Amino acid sequence: MFGGLDPILLARWQFAFTVSFHFIFPSFSIGLASYLAVLEGLWLKTGKQLYIDLFRFWLKIFAVAFAMGVVSGIVMSYQFGTNWSVFSDKTGPVIGPLMAYEVLTAFFLEAGFLGVMLFGMEKVGKELHFAATCLVAVGTCISAFWILSANSWMQTPVGYAINTHGQFVNAGSWATIVFNPSFPYRLVHTVIAAYLTTSLVVGATSAWHLLRNSSDARARKGFSMAMWMAALVAPVQIAAGDQQGLNTLEHQPAKVLAMEGDFDPSPHGAPLVLFGLPSNAEGRVKYKVEIPKAGSLILKHDPNAPLPGLKDFPREDWPTVPIVFWSFRIMVGLGFAIFGLGLWSLLARWRRRLYDWRWLHRAAIVMGPAGFVAVIAGWVTTEAGRQPWTVYGLLRTTQSASPLAAPAVGASLLAFVAVYFAVFGFGVWYILKLMAKGPQPHESDPADAPIRTAGIVPGPAQGAPGSGA
Amino acid sequence: MSISFDLATIWAFVIAFAVFAYVVLDGFDLGIGILFPTFGVGRERDQAMNAIAPVWDGNETWLVLGGGGLMAAFPLAYAIVLPALYPPIIAMLLGLVFRGVAFEFRWRDPRHRPFWDFAFTAGSITAALAQGITLGALLQGIKVAGRAYAGGWLDWLTPFSVLTGVSVVVGYALLGACWLIAKTDGATQGHAYRLARICGVASAIAVMAVSAATPFLQGGYYHRWLTFPSVLFAAQVPLLLGILSAAFWWALLRKKEGLPFVLTLGLYFLCFAGLGVSMYPHVVPPSVTIWEAAAPENAQVFMLIGAGIMIPLILAYTGWSYWVFRGKTGHAGYH
Repeated sequence: MFGGLDPILLARWQFAFTVSFHFIFPSFSIGLASYLAVLEGLWLKTGKQLYIDLFRFWLKIFAVAFAMGVVSGIVMSYQFGTNWSVFSDKTGPVIGPLMAYEVLTAFFLEAGFLGVMLFGMEKVGKELHFAATCLVAVGTCISAFWILSANSWMQTPVGYAINTHGQFVNAGSWATIVFNPSFPYRLVHTVIAAYLTTSLVVGATSAWHLLRNSSDARARKGFSMAMWMAALVAPVQIAAGDQQGLNTLEHQPAKVLAMEGDFDPSPHGAPLVLFGLPSNAEGRVKYKVEIPKAGSLILKHDPNAPLPGLKDFPREDWPTVPIVFWSFRIMVGLGFAIFGLGLWSLLARWRRRLYDWRWLHRAAIVMGPAGFVAVIAGWVTTEAGRQPWTVYGLLRTTQSASPLAAPAVGASLLAFVAVYFAVFGFGVWYILKLMAKGPQPHESDPADAPIRTAGIVPGPAQGAPGSGA
Repeated sequence: MSISFDLATIWAFVIAFAVFAYVVLDGFDLGIGILFPTFGVGRERDQAMNAIAPVWDGNETWLVLGGGGLMAAFPLAYAIVLPALYPPIIAMLLGLVFRGVAFEFRWRDPRHRPFWDFAFTAGSITAALAQGITLGALLQGIKVAGRAYAGGWLDWLTPFSVLTGVSVVVGYALLGACWLIAKTDGATQGHAYRLARICGVASAIAVMAVSAATPFLQGGYYHRWLTFPSVLFAAQVPLLLGILSAAFWWALLRKKEGLPFVLTLGLYFLCFAGLGVSMYPHVVPPSVTIWEAAAPENAQVFMLIGAGIMIPLILAYTGWSYWVFRGKTGHAGYH
């Protein structure tokens, strides 16, 4: 049934599908782990019940999200070998150690202290428990460090030589490889994105409960914290994105030109194409709406600076422009919408209407999933923009795949799609159910829930506050 | 057979250690999943689940170290083995998805709990079977041309690989039963004792069947195991297996609580050592040795520094976590 399809295309779809699905969970759990550490820290400092209620509530959601991140992550660690074995053979000596360090310094740390974080409050006491929460949070950031380093090396490969087997090998220092030119920018942009994504989810959940009861103290605290985050961090993120764009222009100009829709060179300053329909085949953007010189102003900080066009590059080195062009606009548009929400919350604070401005709360609910969409759109931009290479400029995607037949890749793709939608669909539904219930006064600790043995106590679905973690 | 302690050999031991840690640690998690339907709905199942809930995630991480470490230290082996074992690897990953989410989902959704309990068992059996088939397929040899897998996509499926697949399911069930003997009490523990006896006998048969079949696979195992003088060395493994098995049976009949699990670990160690004798120095039998597959020295040294510092630390805090959750688990449990 997959006979007519290109196995490499199927393998690319499989990677895109599994990694996009996977990254939804870490982009939430990186931010949520840090938020939990802040909440527990505030509880230890102030002793206020409010903070531990919020902590226990978000801990239950964290447990579900983290489990889904773990199981979808294991798939990724094996997918390099199943579908991209030539890539693994050739790049293993360079990016393999970075991923091994991720396992050694991050995955074990997270997994090792997660059990104590979820179930150990009674057993180890408050201080040690707080330490466990902090270590899980630190683990999520260390994990981001290594995987972003590996991914960035694929975007901006440096410090390598090629040996007799055609493998990339370290030619000098590991520091050069780890801190490759695009890595710092991409790490900052990704981690801030995770924090913003989490704050939007917390904000939407709190807003939902404020609409029902604007005096709910837990919803007020959650909303206020989330809106501070959006207001203060969204502009930082926009600046970080701008810096990453300049870095990309320096190292991967074709990607930026695809994002901008610049097929033709602009010797006297590039316009900023707002909208249009780019076409690789025709080599132009149809029906485009553009602002003259604004593209050069953004990318070169000079309206008259010349910019190359995609036509300066061989056609076989072009990425698929429409994907990159549109995913980039979705990301940027949502970034500014998040910033707008943050500004609105500042206005509401100033007018003392943060907790009863119903349209603000409705807007925050609508923006709840915006972080996820922006994060995935951003990854689509950078990964599709790297094409047609797996290692930029050095190893083509078509030369990276396993010697596989279309039926094998197609069948496994279908299996992943079916299982992921079913399993993670349930998981997301459980998280939404928890969110709809909201944090309760005297939220139960996951560890001292009442006895809920199915045969003895009829299970209150999500009824009692203590119905588990 | 001489072993020189060069970098590739050290890394072979590190990967072997990670795989062994995975097999025995996630082995008892998966074993409990395999045995789950035999436990009564309610108290017994909750108790069985709570015996592993705080530790399963850390246990599973050793699998990521085994896979990631293989890619980093022996990239060629990773690039050959995974395409060769494509269907069982995908099946294992999907099985682990169902097994992993069941821990959280069954508590979140009492209405669908029977479904998630089923997913827990089906996922555990699938993962264990796929891992056993992977082992068998590796032992029976993988066809290589140049730097790539050169066989068909069902080459892994043979009577021998099915035998190793079933053997691993039975062996994990034994680990799971012994873990439950140590971690539970009352009716659940009594049930675990009965299961351990059944799984003990079944595991012994499985080990004997695999041991009997292995020397007759192609690839020189016969010479390694059954010719003079290596037979003098190799014969120690079955001898020790016999002694430990007898001790295991005695501990089970005497209703020792912790000893059956510890002795099972010893049995696993001997079987693992036996596999090492069979495979060394190949990482992809019969053609690719650890030296041929090894990453360049600078990569292996860089990682060895990390592994040398981090693995002792990991063992220390993992040990601490097990210590925190020591003792018998209740059925009200952690959830």
